[in-house]
Amino acid sequence: MTPRTIAVVSAGLSQPSSTRLLADQLAAATARGLLAEPEIAVIELRERAHDIVNNLLTGFPSPALQHAIDQVLRADGLIAVTPLYSGSYNGLFKSFFDVLDPEVLAGKPLLIAATGGTARHSLALEHAIRPLFTYLRAATVPTAVFAATEDWGSAGSSGSALTSRIERAGSELAAAIEQRQPAVEADPYASATPFEQLLRNR
Amino acid sequence: MQFGIFTVGDVTTDPTTGRTPTEHERIKAMVAIARKAEDVGLDVFASGEHHNPPFVPSSPTTMLGYVAAQTRKLILSTSTTLITTNDPVKIAEDFAMLQHLADGRVDLMLGRGNTGPVYPWFGQDIRKGIELAIENYHLLHRLWREDVVDWEGEFRTPLQGFTSTPRPLDGVPPFVWHGSIRSPEIAEQAAFYGDGFFANHIFWPAEHSVRLVGYYRQRFAHYGHGTPEQAIVGLGGQVFMRKNSQDAVREFRPYFDNAPVYGHGPSLEEFTEQTPLTVGSPQEVIDKTLTFREHFGDYQRQLFLMDHAGLPLKTVLEQLDLLGGEVVPVLRRELDALRPATVPDGPTHEALVAGSLAEADLELEASTR
Repeated sequence: MTPRTIAVVSAGLSQPSSTRLLADQLAAATARGLLAEPEIAVIELRERAHDIVNNLLTGFPSPALQHAIDQVLRADGLIAVTPLYSGSYNGLFKSFFDVLDPEVLAGKPLLIAATGGTARHSLALEHAIRPLFTYLRAATVPTAVFAATEDWGSAGSSGSALTSRIERAGSELAAAIEQRQPAVEADPYASATPFEQLLRNR
Repeated sequence: MQFGIFTVGDVTTDPTTGRTPTEHERIKAMVAIARKAEDVGLDVFASGEHHNPPFVPSSPTTMLGYVAAQTRKLILSTSTTLITTNDPVKIAEDFAMLQHLADGRVDLMLGRGNTGPVYPWFGQDIRKGIELAIENYHLLHRLWREDVVDWEGEFRTPLQGFTSTPRPLDGVPPFVWHGSIRSPEIAEQAAFYGDGFFANHIFWPAEHSVRLVGYYRQRFAHYGHGTPEQAIVGLGGQVFMRKNSQDAVREFRPYFDNAPVYGHGPSLEEFTEQTPLTVGSPQEVIDKTLTFREHFGDYQRQLFLMDHAGLPLKTVLEQLDLLGGEVVPVLRRELDALRPATVPDGPTHEALVAGSLAEADLELEASTR
């Protein structure tokens, strides 16, 4: 059996970033819930920031950005983590999903998570981030994970609220991945409509 | 192999001087560029069609008719004619008239257009772009081949006993190219009719267009028009040249950095690496253009974009001297030598007339046997 693949998109802008830290912990929790060890591809959007803007302007991705897009396309499950800026995902996070073809995430199991200064912002996951992926028709798991700065101080013990939330979200994503057939790439040419059919539809 | 230029017809401020040409200057410059194309030995001049500023060419057959009167050999074409929002009856009439005036030196490239508001401005729905392209072209195709047409469709008023005049010159309609950058349906359409397919890949990495052209070739064969290698393919290109590569880069950079489409985005270096754009010496342009054949196979028409982004007319004319004087003769020699005898040359009216006569002879032979 070919191993399942998980793409991890992190939109953290500082290095090191707590967004990436959260993303890695979610990936590890998901891996623990899967029957076999998955392949994990981490996409740091910061490294593709110029390419993403260029794609917005020119309409095509650079080879490096295409590679990242392909990783998302081929993944059996996706983990998307953003820092909260002005009450929502940051612009880089949104821009990356803006340059994907609209069908790319349809039906794909997805875990969403965010980092922020205080827990006051945690519902941004529900009113800003979840609707984005509803629009893209991703199969977003019920538990979304928010990590405030203070959560990192209380983490470590297995009983902390953040840790148990990460475990729950990871096992939800793992279950969704296990229930799903491995991802296959759509081939627009294999499914192209013959011309007689296009003409008959007139 | 045919070589030529295609123009968008943009009125763009020259970023090095801050000067913006008037519409009148730009239109006259386009004519001067077309005449220069013939003078330097190019085969084709093609004009875009736009219906919004900062573009001037809203009425391509008017301009091409004027150019036809001032040239002797140049093939006049479009890049593209909007098959979605123009009435196919008017396209049939306008291009047949142009074909007569130009003694057959006319073909056209059909496209859907990428400016959203043009659809509602002309009473159409952009969500029906593919359907419009298919229905409208099917009617256009019939209008040029059947003297009397009865027709009913979804998008225009029905026709009863309609004859499009003038009839095509020598009974042979202008050759049609279908242009697309990403739609398999349009490749399918071009293949179905045995028409040409033009991949304007100038703003895209070659790999994007390679599959599309490959699909067109395969479907061309499927519909019985010949082998995949015999399908009629055209490609875009975009170049800026000086004798010394560094001079070309230095001179073109401000135009690149401020250009519509890609300006303020990727660097000149990134864009030349990722797309067909070549900024350098004539030899570098030759080398890059020869790689197109490796990607796409033997092809029939190569059009270059030479006059956009605010480049002054004087510069464009110098570019055409280099293109016609140093680049195209080498490309023509190399590509014609590489092309097998079984693969057709670029389409001309004379070749299409000869082809239709040969076809008529075969039919006559079959009926008298």
